[in-house]
Amino acid sequence: MAHNGRRIVSLLLVLLLPLTAQATPEIQSWITAKGAKVMYVHVPDLPMVDVRMVFDAGSARDDSKPGIAALTNTLLNDGAGEWNANHLAERFENIGARFTTSSLRDMAIVSLRTLTDDEEVLNQSLDTIAAVVTQPQFDEEEIERRRQQVLVGLEQQKQNAGTVASKAFYKSLYGDHPYGHNPSGNAVSVAAITVEDIRNYFKQYYVASNLVVAIVGAVDRAQAEKVVEQITAEMPAGEKAAPLPKVTFSTGESLSIDFPSTQTHIYLGQPGMSRSDPDYLPLYVGNHVFGGSGLVSMLSEEVREKRGLSYSVYSYFSPMRAEGPFMMVAQTRNERAEEALGVMREQLADFIKNGPPEERLERSKNNISGGFPLRVSSNSKIVEYIAMIGFYDYPLDYLATFVSRVEAVTAEQIHSAFKRRVHPNNLATVLVGNSSENGTPAEKQE
Amino acid sequence: MTKTGSAFLGLLATIALFPLAVQASQVQEFELENGMKVIVKEDHRAPIAVSQVWYKVGSSYEPEGQTGISHVLEHLMFKGTERYGPNEFSKIISENGGRENAFTGRDYTAYFQTLSSDRLNIAFDLEADRMRNLLLDEKEFQKERDVVTEERRLRTEDKPTALTYEQFNAVAWRVLPYRRPIIGWMSDLENLKIEDLRDWYQLWYAPNNATLVVVGDVDAEKIHTMAQETFGQLPPSDLPVMKTPVEPAHNGVTRLQVKAPAKQPYLLMGFKAPVVTTVSEENAWEPYAMEALAAVLDGGDSARLSRSLIRGSSIANSAGASYNAYTRLPGMVMFDGVPAEGRSIKDLEKALLSEIEKVKAEPVAADELKRVVTQTVASKVYEKDSVFYQAMQIGMLETVGLDWRLTDSYVEKLRAVTPEQVQEVAQRYLQPDNMTIAILDPQPMDEKQAESKSRPHVGVKHGS
Repeated sequence: MAHNGRRIVSLLLVLLLPLTAQATPEIQSWITAKGAKVMYVHVPDLPMVDVRMVFDAGSARDDSKPGIAALTNTLLNDGAGEWNANHLAERFENIGARFTTSSLRDMAIVSLRTLTDDEEVLNQSLDTIAAVVTQPQFDEEEIERRRQQVLVGLEQQKQNAGTVASKAFYKSLYGDHPYGHNPSGNAVSVAAITVEDIRNYFKQYYVASNLVVAIVGAVDRAQAEKVVEQITAEMPAGEKAAPLPKVTFSTGESLSIDFPSTQTHIYLGQPGMSRSDPDYLPLYVGNHVFGGSGLVSMLSEEVREKRGLSYSVYSYFSPMRAEGPFMMVAQTRNERAEEALGVMREQLADFIKNGPPEERLERSKNNISGGFPLRVSSNSKIVEYIAMIGFYDYPLDYLATFVSRVEAVTAEQIHSAFKRRVHPNNLATVLVGNSSENGTPAEKQE
Repeated sequence: MTKTGSAFLGLLATIALFPLAVQASQVQEFELENGMKVIVKEDHRAPIAVSQVWYKVGSSYEPEGQTGISHVLEHLMFKGTERYGPNEFSKIISENGGRENAFTGRDYTAYFQTLSSDRLNIAFDLEADRMRNLLLDEKEFQKERDVVTEERRLRTEDKPTALTYEQFNAVAWRVLPYRRPIIGWMSDLENLKIEDLRDWYQLWYAPNNATLVVVGDVDAEKIHTMAQETFGQLPPSDLPVMKTPVEPAHNGVTRLQVKAPAKQPYLLMGFKAPVVTTVSEENAWEPYAMEALAAVLDGGDSARLSRSLIRGSSIANSAGASYNAYTRLPGMVMFDGVPAEGRSIKDLEKALLSEIEKVKAEPVAADELKRVVTQTVASKVYEKDSVFYQAMQIGMLETVGLDWRLTDSYVEKLRAVTPEQVQEVAQRYLQPDNMTIAILDPQPMDEKQAESKSRPHVGVKHGS
């Protein structure tokens, strides 16, 4: 069994030095005349290309209209240019192209995967996606239909204890900050969104200056430039979205929501870090040790392996444009919720007190470095990475230097970062489950 | 660890569409002396490889009263052998930069590791060890059974649509073991004893009941040698011979209602149908006609259900159709959906049935079938982006008793389907007398919210 640390490190050097070009995707980046940022990796071995467009138009831009970012993004499926929703879907599906939209708190995403060996196919895909991001129809009937879908979706969210917990957790951490509300909005806000609102939102945020286009696949540089040109030809330059407000840290509140479920869902956490945080690496690597390495993390060992309390238990920092959350999550039968919560708290307190055990830190680093080839082993993973790198303005050598930067993190740095940044006595605590069984106060809220 | 197979139509559909190849794949097949099958597909795009060990055992092999035992055993496979302590398997793989997990389905239990391709020997060594030398310690079993009951609560008990699916299967199938949930009934899980697990392990975990699939940056001959040096050293077993149960005729529509705390109703409808493993030679086209049927109805936003029910009449908030041609025992063409705001579950049922009637009354358009084939051909290219998915296809086909070469011939078989054949299978199988229909009837959730800013936190109970 060859799993001794030294051998791995030397293997890694071999991987990183002479084979850099092979092991790490070579990213090219440029800014178009209109101001869109392009991230591109040439992968010629399969006759396909992935195009991922990321607009700074996630729900953090909802402002006074919660749900508008998600609704606008979804409506991009429902007609563009001269094509109604049916025609638009046919334009992609008749040639085997895949078109998807999604929206998060920071990002509004429009993705395309298409074949490249037939120029007609490629052109049809690109022309269609260009219409999608520049001339959406926002047809009134489609808007009404999608609005109803969102309302049904909001009801469905209410029947899942985990979703209820997650929503309450964000609200508790962020309050009125743009990260605080449910990205789907709420029944009142969604009902109030007008066609005009959607058109204005689109006009403001779906613009070249607010866009990162990532391209990965069998198109050469000249073709990639053409692809971007084709997609953004009709797109106004517009303006980059304004910086998000800073997150203010408040006292962590404890919230218990009564829910007719057999399990109690536990969310514990606080605002964590932003994408540009100077403590990013020590917090990332430290959390890998603590609760971010699946079944072998300290948290999983204590909660799941030793006590059989939970099927899924983990912690993570979700770095975002502003300070994304740090969270610890588990679910357990109602009767054992207090026990699980206690173990989670105690583990965090211990970790902050003692820092990561050296041996575990070594194992985590080995996992991250040895697993690096897995992170960039497919076009779909590469396109997601480079879009992220472009969106958060990371340097182009982010991937190439990732392993060496992780290797350089010390136990002291982690210890210090956790001590300074994580406040175990001030965590927001959200429990959602049957309160008569899980022992939380069962006062009713007005 | 562990996904418990697909509980929802979305997942079923992914498997069902199972887009397969145009040109022959670069696959090599070996058989070790102890009967273990080794299938290797070289793919040199990235310096990684996936290794999957598939066992021919899953929930459809389980006896009454022991439902869920295959899945519990899958969990216990991470709990130590004579050489390696509990959880050490996971630690070693992790330390080597690998990702690993396992999953149990109706017809299979599979274990996988994805690693830098020069470290596959580590996975082989560990995987061969636990194929024959599992400890099955009583204490570890007790804890892990708790974990599995938590998994059941998370995935089924507290999920109204999953509960509906579970009840649907229990009622729709009279005889076929597909009537039992993969994760097992709660009472069966509670009644399991470590001895049951030991027996189950002895019965099924043997090299001659397993297939090793490797896809990635490897040399097939070297993999063969490595497999011989590890798995090849294990003794084979006498495997039990299973009787094949036969589902009796379904004489009339079966309806069921599932009451659970929920906000939205949900409908699930299924029609029993043959699959590739069970059709006669002259009807070998039928499963492919049903795959085409499902894709005409639900192969994207331009397909019929989206076009007519979600948009169009706006009766459905969501609607799906699925069918999987590749299972060990017969299957179902399934439909599901959630009514749109202001529409009833009755409206949705009527609308789905009328879409079915349309397929029966009139051959589908040539354009629709063409779209299905084009999408499948494209998917065939896209799937090469994932070594894991390629290995999944091979492993699943082999384990349900089919030939991995079907991945190569799928497109041709689909291309050969005619509009009349789609109509014919619809007429033959999508009949009311062959139908089971389940309705989730939402019960009040009675939410109340308690907030206490300074709730005292009870101390830890140090249990173990």
